[in-house]
Amino acid sequence: MLTRELLVIGAGPAGLAAAIEAAKNGVKDILVCDLNMKAGGQLFKQIHKFFGSKEHNAGVRGIDQGVQMLKEAEELGIEIWLNSAVVGFFGDKIACIEQGQPDGTKKIVYMQPKTIVIATGAQENVVRFKGWTTPGVMGAGAAQTMINVNRVQPGKNIVMLGTGNVGLIVSYQLMQAGCNVVCIVEAAPGIGGYGVHASKVSRAGVPIYCSHTIKEVKGDGPDGRVSEVTIIGLDEKWQPIEGTEKTFEADTVTLAAGLKPVSDLVKLQDIEIVFNNAFGWVPVHNDKMQTTAKGIYVAGDTTGSEEANTAMEEGKLAGVSVAEELGYITMDEAKDQRDQIWDRLRGLRTGPFGEKRAIAKVVQMGKFPVD
Amino acid sequence: MCMRVTDHIILGHDDTSKMIEITVDGKKIPAKEGEPILAALLAQDIMVNRYTVKRNEPRGLFCGIGQCTDCAMIVDGRANVRTCITPAVEGMVVETQHGYGIQEV
Repeated sequence: MLTRELLVIGAGPAGLAAAIEAAKNGVKDILVCDLNMKAGGQLFKQIHKFFGSKEHNAGVRGIDQGVQMLKEAEELGIEIWLNSAVVGFFGDKIACIEQGQPDGTKKIVYMQPKTIVIATGAQENVVRFKGWTTPGVMGAGAAQTMINVNRVQPGKNIVMLGTGNVGLIVSYQLMQAGCNVVCIVEAAPGIGGYGVHASKVSRAGVPIYCSHTIKEVKGDGPDGRVSEVTIIGLDEKWQPIEGTEKTFEADTVTLAAGLKPVSDLVKLQDIEIVFNNAFGWVPVHNDKMQTTAKGIYVAGDTTGSEEANTAMEEGKLAGVSVAEELGYITMDEAKDQRDQIWDRLRGLRTGPFGEKRAIAKVVQMGKFPVD
Repeated sequence: MCMRVTDHIILGHDDTSKMIEITVDGKKIPAKEGEPILAALLAQDIMVNRYTVKRNEPRGLFCGIGQCTDCAMIVDGRANVRTCITPAVEGMVVETQHGYGIQEV
């Protein structure tokens, strides 16, 4: 069986940060596995500049951060397997990996690393309405991947559901890619994301319908593709108001209704999980990002969906803790590093969006057993 | 109708110098070497990748990052290949998948 000092599952911002931080602290023989064709996770579709402070690369585009991290990982000699999914996870930290081969086939290999960081990210939430499975209905992130990474439009005339920051930013980016955003629909009475993003799409002439939701999507287009979208007004109890329907011609519907953690691998190990309203089902972890299974750490959206900067900070915490567990740094050195990271993390979890997450994190970490 | 985003205000000009050919349901289509199969299909306005097992309903791109399996197709004779995370290779044979994509025994 193969072995490594550290196996990181997921080459997104959290996983790469964990690998880089572990390597900087002396950990050798690190492998990062990712099922995608390219490392960097969702950073490479974030073509906008990030908000926040200077320490958090405010003003730098996500794509440029991705390039920087990959360069750093390469310089540190971190091995990355692409097209390689961890498909099984057995007791005593044995990972079954579907390893991508150069000829496009896959080979099953088993690995028992000394430590593991699970950084499998998140997936988009679905909203169910009549016709939600019609081809052309997709996640907003899926549409963003198509335009910004694969450079192909998912459709021409798009109805966006959701006015959180993802809904607003992706709407704008769809326009930058030459698509027509027909309208943005929001069930809540007000816009969910930052006003600056909403203004950008409004100024471009895109109508935003608050207190509305999608009633039905018709698939009378070619091969059964989306042809028509009907929206309906909602009352103060979020119930549809008959007679307020509006119908638009469209070939695509994009859903921006939040994310949920991808925690399949967490559930395959004997790791305690907990449900909370902000994040859904998430693994219990402590301030070292250690789970209730020894040697297994978590970082990023797997532990509750937030954004790229918090994912990177959590990845760094995990990387430092792995170095400590393997004996490359002392307990005090590890604590010093972690304290600095926690200061920055607390800074990120402020404001109207961050505060809820900060509270949810405290609850999640409070479930960690005290020895 | 070509739906590629060739020129972009932030990303600049897209390098489409290495074009290859793949076969989709018997028809030859162009693809950028190494792009996901799904992207090459979208560029040709092909949206449906498979039909479901029980109700024979069409499905296409949904998550785009290998999570949902709605874009599974038969690639070089292998069924259930997620086309959003599988790179296009010269001469690849891609087929729309019906149900499980295997013959009934």
